[in-house]
Amino acid sequence: MMKEFKGRVLAGGEWKGEAVVSHQGVNTLATFQKSALKNAKRVIVSDQNNADIFGLDITGKALCLPITIGSTTGGLVIQTVCAMKIAPAAFLFSEHIDSLAASGIVLARVWENSDVIAIDMLGDEFLQTVKTGDTVTVKADGTVIVE
Amino acid sequence: MEYKMKLTDEQKSILDGSRGETMAKVMKTVVMFGDIFGAEKLVPVTHKDGHLVTSFGIALMKPLFSTMDKLIDAGITTQGKFTVDPRPLDYANVKCNLLEKIAFHIMYKKQSDYEAQLLKVGLRDSDSFTCTCYLDEVGNIPNKGDVLSWAESSAVVYANSVLGARCNRNSGMLDLFGSIVGYVPYFGLVTDEGRKAKWRVVVKTTKKPEAQVLGSAIGMKVMEDVPYVTGLDKFLGTELTDDVKAYLKDFGAATASNGAVGLYHIDKLTPEAVEQGESLILPDAQEYVIDDEELERVYKSYPVMWKDPSAKAGLCFIGCPHLSYKQLCDWTDAIDDALGAAGRKKVAVRTIMTTSPQVKKKFAETGYYSRLMRAGVKLTSICPLMYTNNPMTKGRAIVTNSNKLRTYSVARYYKDAEILDILAGREVK
Repeated sequence: MMKEFKGRVLAGGEWKGEAVVSHQGVNTLATFQKSALKNAKRVIVSDQNNADIFGLDITGKALCLPITIGSTTGGLVIQTVCAMKIAPAAFLFSEHIDSLAASGIVLARVWENSDVIAIDMLGDEFLQTVKTGDTVTVKADGTVIVE
Repeated sequence: MEYKMKLTDEQKSILDGSRGETMAKVMKTVVMFGDIFGAEKLVPVTHKDGHLVTSFGIALMKPLFSTMDKLIDAGITTQGKFTVDPRPLDYANVKCNLLEKIAFHIMYKKQSDYEAQLLKVGLRDSDSFTCTCYLDEVGNIPNKGDVLSWAESSAVVYANSVLGARCNRNSGMLDLFGSIVGYVPYFGLVTDEGRKAKWRVVVKTTKKPEAQVLGSAIGMKVMEDVPYVTGLDKFLGTELTDDVKAYLKDFGAATASNGAVGLYHIDKLTPEAVEQGESLILPDAQEYVIDDEELERVYKSYPVMWKDPSAKAGLCFIGCPHLSYKQLCDWTDAIDDALGAAGRKKVAVRTIMTTSPQVKKKFAETGYYSRLMRAGVKLTSICPLMYTNNPMTKGRAIVTNSNKLRTYSVARYYKDAEILDILAGREVK
C-alpha cells in the first residue's frame, strides 16, 4: 500500500529508488569513514553503533533518518562522499535537519555541483512507515511516496 | 540565487560577485545554510579570531584541499587569525610500530600540504593546534556576548557556556567561511531565545560528580537542547576558578560528544545564569534529576568495545580535551602519590597526556614536568581521536578518562581514580 508524506525541500529533485532506514541519528563520520578511506566505489555503512544500517550499502539509495549526529566534520564528510559520487541519492529527514547535515548538503550543492536530494520535516510517521528495501518516490515539491 | 533572509547591500554585492566568483560562493554557502534555519539576517562576527575543527590532512577529504586551493588562488584570507584543532601525529612522544606508521602515512599524507594551506588562509602560527584555544596560554579568548564563527564541539560549548560568547555548532568549512565573510546567520545559539533552557537538570548526588560522567548523562538525555543545571554550586562554588573552568571544560566536552549540546547554564556559576538565573528556563522545560544511582547507571551503560573485553590496559590517554596547566600539575601530584603508595617508580601502563603546545611549553619549565617524565608519562599535543582513527591501533586496549574519546573510538572509559589505580598497577574491575 502506498503512503504519501510531505516535507520541506532543501535540495530538490525527482528520484525513485530503494530506501535504507535508520531510526537513530546517523553518525556521519562513523558511517562513511571506512568506505571513503578505502576509496571504495560504494559506501558500506561502518558505524557499529547503528544496528539499523551497519553493513548496508547506501550508495545511490534514499537514506531515511531522523537527523545526523557526531563529529563537527560531518558536513565535510557529506561534501566528500558527494564529490566521490558514492553518497546516497537522497537524504530524507523525519525531523528538522541538523546543522552538520545542512552544511554538508549546502557544501555539496555549491562546491561540488552535486545533485544530491535533501528533504526534511517528513514527520515521525514517515520513519515508522518506511522500511529498508521499500521503494520510495521523491518529487520536486517535497512529496515522498513509500511503496 | 534565491534567498529568504534580509541582506545588506554589501552582502548582496558579495553574493553578486563584486569580490570575485570564489568569494560569492563562500557567501552563497553561508546564506543558504542560514536560510535552512530560518535566519532572518546575517550578523557580524565580533570576535574575528576563528577556530577550525579540520586540522588533519586526511587524504580522503579531497574537496577540503581543492576548496582551500580555490581560496588561496583568489587571494582570500580570514578577517582575523584562526586557531585549529590538534595535529594527528607526534612520533617522538607517541611511538608507533611500523604497521601503524604505514597506515598513518597513508591516512595523513596531505598533512604538510594542508598545514601550508592553512597558513596561507589565516592560521595564526604553526603552534596554534589545540582544541582548547580559549585557555589563557593559547589566547584565542572571546568576550561575553561576542559572536563567533568556530567549530570543534568542545570549544563551542565552552565559549558559549563559560565565556558567554555566541556560536552555533558549526560544521567544518562553515567555521572558515564565516571567518572569511565576517558574518554568520542569526539563528539558534546566536539569539537570546535560542539560549533559553528546555531542560532543568537537578543534581542531587552526595559527592562532586565526575565531570565526564555528568556531562555524558546530560548530553544523552537532552541531546541538542540547552540544559540549566542546578545543585552543582554545592560542589563547585560560585566562582570560575581554574579548577572550576577545567571541570566545566571536561563536562562540556562530554555533553557535546555524548549528545549535541552547544550551550549549558550552571546555576549561580556561568555568566548568563549568574545574571538571569532561572528566568533562562522555558516554562515548559522538562526535568532530569541526577542522583548517585543515575550516574552509576550511565557509567555502567558504556559498552566495552575492545577486541578482548578482558584484556589488560595497554595504553592510556589523558587529555581529551587538552589538559589545562592546573590539570597537568594536579595529575602529576596524583600520579606521584599513587605510584608511591604502590611502591612503584613508573606507571604500569604506557601513558600519554595531551595538552596545547603553549601549555606544554609553560609546564616544561617547571619541576612538575621532570617529575611527570620520571614517572614514565609522555606529553604531547596531538589529538588522541586522530591517533585512534588508525585501524591498526584498534587492537590496543586503550583506556581513557575522556568520554569524548570513548564515544568516537574503541577506548574504554574509566573514572579518574580508576585511571590512577591502573597506572599504579592495581587491578580495576
